[in-house]
Amino acid sequence: MESQIILLVFILVLSIFLGVELITKVPSTLHTPLMSGANAISGITLVGAILSSGSSDLMTILLGTAAVFFASINVVGGYLVTNRMLGMFKKK
Amino acid sequence: MNTEILVNLAYIGSSILFIVGLKMLGSPDTARRGNLLSSSGMLLAVLITLLDQNIIDYRYIAGGLLAGSIVGYFAATKVKMTSMPEMVAIFNGFGGIASLLVGSAEFISGVFDNPAFLGAIFLTVLIGGVTFTGSIIAYGKLSEVISGKPYLYKGQQFVNGLLLLAIVIIGINMLFIQGFISSEQTLILLIALAFILGVLFVIPIGGADMPVVIALLNSFSGLAACAAGFVILNNVLIVAGALVGASGLILTNIMCKAMNRSLANVLFSGFGAAPDASDDAAQEQGEVKPISAEDAYLILEAATSVLIVPGYGMAVAQAQHTVRELGELLEENGTEVKYAIHPVAGRMPGHMNVLLAEANVSYDVLVEPEDVNPIMDTVDVCMVIGANDVVNPDAKENEGSPIYGMPIIEVDNSKTVFVLKRSMASGFAGIQNPLFFKSNTRMLFGDAKETVSTLVSEFKG
Repeated sequence: MESQIILLVFILVLSIFLGVELITKVPSTLHTPLMSGANAISGITLVGAILSSGSSDLMTILLGTAAVFFASINVVGGYLVTNRMLGMFKKK
Repeated sequence: MNTEILVNLAYIGSSILFIVGLKMLGSPDTARRGNLLSSSGMLLAVLITLLDQNIIDYRYIAGGLLAGSIVGYFAATKVKMTSMPEMVAIFNGFGGIASLLVGSAEFISGVFDNPAFLGAIFLTVLIGGVTFTGSIIAYGKLSEVISGKPYLYKGQQFVNGLLLLAIVIIGINMLFIQGFISSEQTLILLIALAFILGVLFVIPIGGADMPVVIALLNSFSGLAACAAGFVILNNVLIVAGALVGASGLILTNIMCKAMNRSLANVLFSGFGAAPDASDDAAQEQGEVKPISAEDAYLILEAATSVLIVPGYGMAVAQAQHTVRELGELLEENGTEVKYAIHPVAGRMPGHMNVLLAEANVSYDVLVEPEDVNPIMDTVDVCMVIGANDVVNPDAKENEGSPIYGMPIIEVDNSKTVFVLKRSMASGFAGIQNPLFFKSNTRMLFGDAKETVSTLVSEFKG
């Protein structure tokens, strides 16, 4: 179990460095779509929510289903609104 | 191939799609495809999770997914571009509460006794809760349901300290002691404290500092998802959460730098609580010189280069479309038109860029302060539309000013400055702006949209 956690911490550290590298290059013109796009990605917690919502314990199901609801708003709304914004960025 | 390997391979695929998607968000030409890639990564992660063998009942999942998607769809398609900051704020909040609920559900199911897992649950619930209520308050401030003024009270530091202490005690109880109070009580107490902390964290921060707050809450929503990843030992949550956490932190840092203030100063100083400049100082600055739209037209008509500096006031007046029309008329008249956008103009990072994009302004005429400041003396007319603090010369000249040292758009160095403004009221930071009293400044009083419309009809007539 400990080795698994260490591995996950390893992934975490690398991902943070990767994130810093990726985002530093984004021009300020795109900061709003970047935020809402990143925000949609944070809806990945939906994966955890689905697992809880599909369990057998009633309380876990209720909490999980509420989580699925909020996370889907985050994911669907976030991606759609980002797409809508980016569709407006045009060059002559 | 067994399902577990398949699921994990799919998660690697999702992670790649998120990373490439974010990379493509770095250029306006590829950004839209990047967002599409990122969303397909999400779809893949969700679909493959549905294959999990531990799922017993799909009805609740389906119900939650459907209801959430419908709400998300309508929110995303109906929202006005001017309301984008509060929209992003509330979405952040939903991400936070979702992580909190996942953490709580795992805690209730009670299969963990390892302090590392319990610590992850503690962090998930704490960060998720702070993100949720913090975002709700930010939403309230941005949509002006509650006052955008910083809310300060006596003993604030003491209350915050007490709150943090209580959270630490709960954490120790949850991780190591257990049984001092029941685990349900511990959880409920932790959620309550996290909620209170979120409210107290955002309420003292003023409206002008909201770009920093949204960026930070954005980061928190990622970190909450990341912590949830440790709870359910899921690598895609950790990768995606860390990417978002890093992105939010970088934006927070960019915003702070653009205001020349530290994050601690933004969060704890209650900036803009008291109007700083006294009346005497204001009187010393001399008289303002108003100009009529008709006279302004004559000057614009003769100008060879015009720089438009939009701010939050343009968003409030919904003037972006009229501004674009004026810009086009100027170009037809042979004038070079650029838009200078300060990183903290508006209420969220990049807010002005989105509004101008909505109004069909090409993104290659949008310039940043450091590009335009060196050539400012060659600009004939700067039109400041609803911006105030980001063009305040006090930032360069007055060491006593609270915004001293903040990089600004140096419009006062251009030949003529038009300031479109409703009245002489000070900006969101609550400080006086000596720009209005400079000899090359002319004030165009009135609603920004009406003023620009008058200019447009002068050009047409």
